[in-house]
Amino acid sequence: MPFLNNSQDIGLVFLKIEIMKKYDKIVKNAAGRDVPTIINGEEHIPYKGVGKHIPTGNRYAPPLSSCANYPADGNKTIPSLKEALIKAGLKDGMTISTHHHFRNGDLIANQIFDIAHELGVKNLRWYPSASFPCQEGLIKYLEDGTINRIEGSMNGPLGKFASEGKMKGLGVLRSHGGRYQAVQDGEVIIDIAIIAAPTADPFGNANGVYGPAACGLLGFALADSQYAHKVIVVTDNLVSFPAIPWQIHGNYVDYVVEVEKVGLPEKIISGTTRITKSPDRLLIAEMTAKFCDDAGLIYDGFSYQAGAGGTALSIGNYFADILRDREWKAKFIRAGSNEYPVKMLEEGLVDYILDGQTFDLEGVRSMCENPGHVNTSPFTSYNYHGNGNFASMVDIVVLGATEVDINFNANVVTHSDGYLLHGIGGWQNCLFAKTTILPIPLFRDRMPVILDEVTTLCGPGELIDVIVTERGIAINPRRTDLIEKVKDSGLPIKTIEELKEEAERICGVPEKPVLSDELIAVIKWVDGTVIDSVRKVI
Amino acid sequence: MSNKNNIATAGNKGAGVKSDCFVQLELTKSGGINLSLKSKVDVMYGNSIKKQVREMLAFFGIENAKIEIVDTGALPFVIAARVEAVVRQLIRTDKEYLLNVIPENTFLTKKDRFRFSRLYLPGNTPKLMINAGIHMPNGVILDLEDAVAHNKKYEARFVVRNALRAVNFYGAERMVRINQIPNGLEDLDFIVPHNVNLILVPKCESAEQIRLVNERIDIIKKEKGISSNIWLMPIIESALGVLKAFEIASAAGNIVSLAIGLEDYTADIGTKRTNEGSESFFARSMVVTAARAAGIQPIDSVFSDVSDMEALKQNVLKSKALGFDGMGCIHPRQIEVIHNYFAPDEAEIERAKKIVNAFYSAEEKGLGVVSLGSKMIDAPVVKRAQKSINLAISLDILDKNWREKMQ
Repeated sequence: MPFLNNSQDIGLVFLKIEIMKKYDKIVKNAAGRDVPTIINGEEHIPYKGVGKHIPTGNRYAPPLSSCANYPADGNKTIPSLKEALIKAGLKDGMTISTHHHFRNGDLIANQIFDIAHELGVKNLRWYPSASFPCQEGLIKYLEDGTINRIEGSMNGPLGKFASEGKMKGLGVLRSHGGRYQAVQDGEVIIDIAIIAAPTADPFGNANGVYGPAACGLLGFALADSQYAHKVIVVTDNLVSFPAIPWQIHGNYVDYVVEVEKVGLPEKIISGTTRITKSPDRLLIAEMTAKFCDDAGLIYDGFSYQAGAGGTALSIGNYFADILRDREWKAKFIRAGSNEYPVKMLEEGLVDYILDGQTFDLEGVRSMCENPGHVNTSPFTSYNYHGNGNFASMVDIVVLGATEVDINFNANVVTHSDGYLLHGIGGWQNCLFAKTTILPIPLFRDRMPVILDEVTTLCGPGELIDVIVTERGIAINPRRTDLIEKVKDSGLPIKTIEELKEEAERICGVPEKPVLSDELIAVIKWVDGTVIDSVRKVI
Repeated sequence: MSNKNNIATAGNKGAGVKSDCFVQLELTKSGGINLSLKSKVDVMYGNSIKKQVREMLAFFGIENAKIEIVDTGALPFVIAARVEAVVRQLIRTDKEYLLNVIPENTFLTKKDRFRFSRLYLPGNTPKLMINAGIHMPNGVILDLEDAVAHNKKYEARFVVRNALRAVNFYGAERMVRINQIPNGLEDLDFIVPHNVNLILVPKCESAEQIRLVNERIDIIKKEKGISSNIWLMPIIESALGVLKAFEIASAAGNIVSLAIGLEDYTADIGTKRTNEGSESFFARSMVVTAARAAGIQPIDSVFSDVSDMEALKQNVLKSKALGFDGMGCIHPRQIEVIHNYFAPDEAEIERAKKIVNAFYSAEEKGLGVVSLGSKMIDAPVVKRAQKSINLAISLDILDKNWREKMQ
């Protein structure tokens, strides 16, 4: 019965197309990790090594605009987000971008997909600069096919959903710099960018420093405003032209929508921006600062980047003590700004804050008042396609990690049970600093942080210089200069293997998680290549 | 601890609980071991926890039971303590499930070791024990007394015993505060055989209480073949205790320090504790005087405002001026302040260097009398100066070859 055979074949072909759409053609990359080269039906390049991938060609260009198509009086306001999305041509399969300036207080991303669902639009690619637990409500749209996949960090509930293999498309995680790179080289073409702004004018100029939802800067939306086919600005503080400062230029904007409330101010202020009170973390912070000092990394005019986590803030505090004590000044702090770096700026301990994300209202105030408090974007700080970027000029960067392995490779996205629970943020980009330090506890509860091999590779060990734990400091053997400088410091310098063994003596030797062969996401390196895959948890 | 018929529980669960586990054991007549585990670290240690629990049940000869464990990342020494605590509530046994003593915990301490700081650790809260040693207190106190709720006293003994054997305190002297005598005597069975360095005897009011403690210690030592010293630190916490301070301080040769506990003392004399502390001036001076008269270390009370480091510093300076050699702490961040301000200051070290140097010079020249400038120096002055020097060296604020550098 040839007919039947044929139909079986056709069935198989359909099945293959279904599978190919998510991912296909797995190869081993230069880090020895199995990664797909076909992702969601598009070709991707496996990781080749740090600085090895040098693509050629031109930057992506969005369609040409003509000012004749826009109102001469500059009024681009549209009565509702729904109408704006319809006017922007929202349809199946589009790429929709949003930004995380409001962190867990964002009110707009959920509304966008509510509207898409209402209009019966399917198969969207959501391209957020980061997602937060407040967007948990989008799970229903991932389930019903309104959203095909998230390409962006997946925090908390969304990460758990993806980890369990429930997302239709394959997730793609990029760093802040990698997100800019993907937009600039055309790897990701944004159909509609929706920029939620604390303040905007009818022309579309927008900023983050004024208005009830003030969040400081809007740097994560910069690429989107320049490259998306359609740009919608949404605000709850519409002012008459000109909205100054125009962090986002209205010249890129198509539509402006005024809404009742764009974000929840109390949740825009991040909860992690206090100095830690944990004695163990304070000890790690103190050891980190002492290490930097003894290694000669702190000098009059040095620069550093420390995040907004409790340990990182405490390290900044110890740096401030050292600077004050010696009457030195740091040249700049790359921040995540909040009250602590602001205090340093206003006390004259540092010349500039190069701010990438503002975590509290003190940061916002300082940005308005202090010429030395400068807003930046992933373009200036991290972009692979720039003619250089700031990340590699920073003396010391202090970062976190969920796991590190004995080759100093680090993981920042999955936990040791395999669950994808965090985004990459600017983490990968920051690794290019002159000295990268990870201050981390040797174990969390019973879970050792140093393993034989990380569950997910996010940062290659060759870029990670020092691991500071409460029970000792391991220096990457490549950094013979640092090893030499601290050899008589009295600091507890150990090999990374010794630290791993010490944790295992206390906690026992952990078992590795058994994960499915099925992939649920890939991790991009800063140059757009695929550095690792994330597997489904069983 | 609950004990309904044949069900027992031990451990902690709920919000804020970390590095601990809650165990419920029910003895059954048949069906073997029915083990259910809900663990935060299931993927990495689920199998190892189950193996440990089954081994322990087999060790105690339990063949049929339903055991439920809620684990928040407990280390093996905690799991062992919790399981043993439930088992021994339900069966009579002389058996003890003892973990190996780690090599780091086999050391003995000297009678006149520095005891500036001793960090209190609640005996039933394992998460605070695990990292206590990395903050480098001179001693850690595993507390079975006031820091343990009445209904948790029994299970805390197993945690403390296991911690003495298996938790690395990175060189801190390993102390235990037992319960008030006579109840505290039973605690001794759980700590004396496990290389405890020092025992704190709370609310001490008589030499008789010390005698009872030593009597019990000696019996256990004899039984277990232990020959090393176990030091005692009585704590004076009442008006009567203060008046009997010297009697207590000189009650036995293994008493190394006399401490004062001001919260209870001020309550006993009918007043409130203040930061400036005039209400306790007499008691503190009495304890210092009694301890010095008995040739042991006077140790001050804890300072309870853990957020105010400046007030702690003032308290330490006052304490040192009164003659105390150290004080208790209830938070690791207090340790550094206590060490820094109990430590001899620069002027003190300079003066001590001159005195000790003069002493050695006199000795080298065969002179019997030590003099500095035109002043004669008495032996106790030399002794005190030598103590300051030793202290400064041990704290890394003075080079051990300081004399060579002087010449």
